[in-house]
Amino acid sequence: MAHVAHGGGYGPLFWLLTVLPLALLTLYLAARRATNRTDAQPHGAPPWSPWRTASFCTGVALLAVAGLPPMMAWGHHDLRGHMVQHLLLGMYAPLFLALGAPMTLLLRTVPAGLSRAVVAVLGTRPARLLVHPATAAVLDMGGMYVLYLTPLYAWSAVSPVGHLFVHVHFVIAGYLFAWSIAGPDPARHRPGMRTRLAVLFVASAAHAVLGKIMYGHGFPRGTAASAQELEAAALWMYYGGDAAALLLTAALFSAWFRVRPGAVQGDARL
Amino acid sequence: MSDASPVQPRARRSLLAAMLVGVGLMAGVDEIVFHQVLAWHHFYDRATPWVGLVSDGLLHAAELIFLVAGFFLLGALRRDRALALRHAWAGFFIGMGGFQVFDGLVNHKVLRLHQIRYVEDVLPYDLAWNAAGLVLFGIGIVLALRARGTDARTPPGGPRRPWRT
Repeated sequence: MAHVAHGGGYGPLFWLLTVLPLALLTLYLAARRATNRTDAQPHGAPPWSPWRTASFCTGVALLAVAGLPPMMAWGHHDLRGHMVQHLLLGMYAPLFLALGAPMTLLLRTVPAGLSRAVVAVLGTRPARLLVHPATAAVLDMGGMYVLYLTPLYAWSAVSPVGHLFVHVHFVIAGYLFAWSIAGPDPARHRPGMRTRLAVLFVASAAHAVLGKIMYGHGFPRGTAASAQELEAAALWMYYGGDAAALLLTAALFSAWFRVRPGAVQGDARL
Repeated sequence: MSDASPVQPRARRSLLAAMLVGVGLMAGVDEIVFHQVLAWHHFYDRATPWVGLVSDGLLHAAELIFLVAGFFLLGALRRDRALALRHAWAGFFIGMGGFQVFDGLVNHKVLRLHQIRYVEDVLPYDLAWNAAGLVLFGIGIVLALRARGTDARTPPGGPRRPWRT
């Protein structure tokens, strides 16, 4: 192993992907306790849904597993290992984290002044543009095209900075995408069901096409991976992506299903 | 549908929702049985033109969304006691057969994504494939004709948009 420093061991990614999410989970659980205590009074909000808590815990667990040193080492010398990490970090963990509605919990827990400030920042034009499903899809799927079809992947395998950037980008872009499509946090300027479905459709198609390009034409290039390894990795990405797309679509529709006519928009509890 | 239901069954919407499930399910069967279990179909046979590759991706994404959307639309109809069951069965068969024929003609022959099986003479396979699709489609049409008039019509004001809340 030539690059153990960032390929395995307790490098910065172990801290970012395993330790930091566990710390955030501690905060989440504390905030959940606090909100349930406050809201237990008459006329208070209903208690925090255990499904949201379970979902957030699942997301953190998936991130933590993907950041463990043996996983990092596997992902570093085997393209299939990388692909498993990619699916966990960029697709499965973000979906479960977003369904945990951490933003809602944050706004419920922090002082009113601070939560108003957060809402104001999120309502600004640049923030709204950033969290629009189309932007999120371009960052997420566009990022994958750039990573796998250009020499970026080969570079990220030898550069610690590139390696760090690629993995952190998976999580952030994946979260942004999952949140913008199916996040249960209320957002005033969230586009409607049709826009979100259209973006989900194009993004899933883009993912499927990328998987077949990689399979058929041997991408990413510039690695030591054999043809069989490349094909297997592309297949895993394709079918793993399918399952993630099914989950994301189901999350979007279950929110739609729960909002009955006359219900308050954005209050679709998970 | 019982007379006690507050809403009239919505025939057209029940048919469409079940049709989405039929398309998605048949696509899933194709993926699992012919691609994975039998391994007759190739994942990507490298002779596919770019336009074929892109439309394959779009179709694949649509199939996934159809499957989930269909189930949730059926669930919502059932919840609202507006599911017209006979129309739904008709739609299900029309969706399955329609997808099978579409896959057999457009995907295999026009776009040439892959063939049913990589053998010298693929014609018998093509015929069997599309005949099976036509039979399913025909069953759906017969069911739809027989369902006409049995379930009540769409309520006054026409069908509502599915995702206006």
